[in-house]
Amino acid sequence: MELIFFFVMAVLSVLTALAVVFSKSPVHSVLSLIATFFLLSGQYVLLNAQFVAIVNLIVYAGAIMVLFLFVLMLLNLKDEAEPQKSNLVRISVTLSAGMLLLTLVGSLRGAIQLPPSLASSATVGLVENLGKILFTDFVVPFEIASILFIAAMVGAVLIGKRNKAQDTEPLTTF
Amino acid sequence: MPIEYYLILSSVLFSIGVLGVMIRRNAIVVLMCIELMLNAINLLLVAFSTYLGDGHGQVFVFFIMVVAAAEATIGLSILVLIYRNTKGVDIHQLDHLKH
Repeated sequence: MELIFFFVMAVLSVLTALAVVFSKSPVHSVLSLIATFFLLSGQYVLLNAQFVAIVNLIVYAGAIMVLFLFVLMLLNLKDEAEPQKSNLVRISVTLSAGMLLLTLVGSLRGAIQLPPSLASSATVGLVENLGKILFTDFVVPFEIASILFIAAMVGAVLIGKRNKAQDTEPLTTF
Repeated sequence: MPIEYYLILSSVLFSIGVLGVMIRRNAIVVLMCIELMLNAINLLLVAFSTYLGDGHGQVFVFFIMVVAAAEATIGLSILVLIYRNTKGVDIHQLDHLKH
C-alpha cells in the first residue's frame, strides 16, 4: 500500500517538475511547482516527517510560491513566446543533465547497505523531538537565522525602493 | 520501503532542476528551478533522517527553508529592479559584465 502511494506520488512529482521546466507560460510553471511541493509533502508524510511536511506546505507552497506568483503578475510579462536558446545549446544541456542523472544514480551502485533503524523513526519527525534538537544543538544557528531574515528584509526594501532620481531618468539604458 | 527509491527520486528531481536552470531564458523560471533543486535535497535529507532515526536532518531541512525564503525574497526583488531597467527578465540581456 505504502509502495503504491510512493510510486503514484513519485511519478506525479516527476511529471509536474518536467511541466515546470517545459511549460510555455511562467504562470503554469508556478502552478506546476506548487503541485510538486504538495506531492513532496505527501512523501514527507510517508516518511513520518509530519512537521517538515506541514512547514513545507506553509513556507514553500504558501509563502514562497505566492511571492513568485505576485512578482509574475507585477511584471506583467507579455504572453509572447519566450525566446528559446539555440538548438545546439538545448541538446547539449539536455545531454549533460541526463549524464548528471546517470552519474548520481550510478554512484548508488555498490553502496554499502545500512540496516534501517525504523524502530526509532516513528517519533523522530514530531514537533516535540525536532524542537528539542532545534533549541539545544541548533539554538545559535536559529538565532542567526533571524538576523539573516532581517538583513534579507532590509535588503529587499532597499533594492525595491524607487529613488527620486530613477523616476526622472532611468539608471542606465540598456 | 528501501531508501534507494528516495535516492533515485531525489536525483531525478535534482537533474530536472539543473536542466531547467540551463535550458530556460526566463529568470523567474530559473529561480523556480533552483527551488526545485533545493526541494530535491530536502527530500534526500528527510529520507536519510527517517532512515537513520535521527532528527538532525529534518532540522537541516528547516534551515534550508529559511535560507531559501531569504534567497527568493532577495532574488525576486533584484529581478524587479532589473525589469525596471530592461523591461524584461531575459537572462541573455544580462551579460553586461562580459562586455
